[in-house]
Amino acid sequence: MTDLPRPHPGQKKLGLVIDLDLCVGCHACATACKEWNSGGHMAPLPDFNAYGDGAWGVWFNRIHSFEEEGSAGGSACTVHFPKSCLHCDEPACVTVCPTGASYKRAEDGIVLVNESLCIGCKLCSWACPYGAREFDADAGVMKKCTLCIDRIYNDNLIPEERQPACVMVCPTKARFFGDLGDPNSAVSEIVATHGGKDLMPELGYRPVNKYLPPRRAPTPSEPLQLAALGAPDSDSGGNALLRWVDRLLSR
Amino acid sequence: MHPALSIVFFTTASGAGFALLFLIGIGVPLGLLPDDPWFGLAALALAFALAAGGLVSSAFHLGHPERAWRAFSQWRSSWLSREGVMSVKTFVPAAIFAIGWVLFGATSGFIGLCGILAAALAAGTIYCTGMIYASLKPIHQWRNRWTVPNYLALGLMSGFLLLDLILRFWVSSPVGTTILTLMAIAAAWWLKEAYWRLIDTTSAPSTVASATALGSRGRVRLLEQPHTQDNYLLQEMGYRIARKHRARLRVIARIAGFALPALLTLVALVAAGKTAAIAAAIAVATAGLGLIIERWLFFAEAKHTVTLYYGADAA
Repeated sequence: MTDLPRPHPGQKKLGLVIDLDLCVGCHACATACKEWNSGGHMAPLPDFNAYGDGAWGVWFNRIHSFEEEGSAGGSACTVHFPKSCLHCDEPACVTVCPTGASYKRAEDGIVLVNESLCIGCKLCSWACPYGAREFDADAGVMKKCTLCIDRIYNDNLIPEERQPACVMVCPTKARFFGDLGDPNSAVSEIVATHGGKDLMPELGYRPVNKYLPPRRAPTPSEPLQLAALGAPDSDSGGNALLRWVDRLLSR
Repeated sequence: MHPALSIVFFTTASGAGFALLFLIGIGVPLGLLPDDPWFGLAALALAFALAAGGLVSSAFHLGHPERAWRAFSQWRSSWLSREGVMSVKTFVPAAIFAIGWVLFGATSGFIGLCGILAAALAAGTIYCTGMIYASLKPIHQWRNRWTVPNYLALGLMSGFLLLDLILRFWVSSPVGTTILTLMAIAAAWWLKEAYWRLIDTTSAPSTVASATALGSRGRVRLLEQPHTQDNYLLQEMGYRIARKHRARLRVIARIAGFALPALLTLVALVAAGKTAAIAAAIAVATAGLGLIIERWLFFAEAKHTVTLYYGADAA
């Protein structure tokens, strides 16, 4: 069972596309995920010492914030970086599982854990380079993102809501859900247009989820001409108004 | 990586136990070791206790130990499952060998064949243990060419030290075994140094830039963690050991694990009788301590790529 399903042409690969240019780091996706999944397929998502110091618990989605320095002279920018299971094509978390509890679905590529088979050895969490799996110390089993399998196929929801909770809630529409195995799907087109990237491609896990890097053009910010403002005899450059203000202040 | 004591004990104890079984399983049928059933009882009891004790110890870190039997099912893809299958398979010919030898005094023919089969499976089990770690791509300090040779050599070294001690109650001066023990210590020490040299001079191919797909414009660094408190990922994979402590523990591992056992084995080689036996016994004790520290370091020094999302520049 921990053998991976044999891929076939046109293989459905459900996953997420995350636009780092649009994400504002509000953590709504993380809280919506926690809320839905506390009652969903992998429920509960336990919290320990929830109301005291040292609170911690199981989350399937976490938002890290990075700073990327600007290129020569450009200003640095903050990049909010949501991270959840990438539902890899080569998920070592599945193949290392000794019991068959971890599996990748042949029909849509979603990586899941069968909790009733899991012995809680934690090896899958060691095998995941991205830190997508978190151990439920209450139940003694490993838990992970299900891509909201209980929403996306849920006939009780209206079709527009059959999307992962994190995608539904995102206020800036920085998250997209779809079939990345279909080159003509909306998500695949977004990835192609904006140069979607894999995380840690060098490890060969071939993640399905893609990240769109920030597209902000590098803005070379010139240092403020404060010295010029304070200098009494600097009348070269700048416009007439500024030169007049300069002279006025220098008096 | 968090050094869980149950796994530290498991890998050291079962490594020594399976290696001792390997040596007896080969040595006795080939006539290299005494065929006295009492020697068989002592040596095999120790080997079984260490191997099985280690396996039981490993179950303590499971979330559901009662489901441990399920781990025998996925040998086609999982090194952990292969290790489980291999270790249990080892006990079948080993038990036949033990019964045949200890109860009926037979060490040749079918019984001898079972001993050799048990030896091969015991070596395979240690190989699988090494591969569990060597197959994990996110951990550079494990996924390298020295991990499996280290497990095999350290196992062999501890097996030889145990054999050299037990043998002294039957053979007054087991020169051959003692010399081989010295060679095993030298080989294991050399391999451990090679391993430490590699992890000190190289780092993982992954960086914070490759982990975030950022960095096309400039350097990437963590600005803020996703959470202010602890989580499972940091508890399990964010373990960090201070450089100062690491250096000290390596010195202790070198002295207790290799230098002292080598020196004491040398004493046992030249001395005779009781002095030699005492030296061999102390060698086992100090090597045990050294190997537990070595194994603790094997975990504590290992860095997982998930730390790249928590402020590490390289893993």
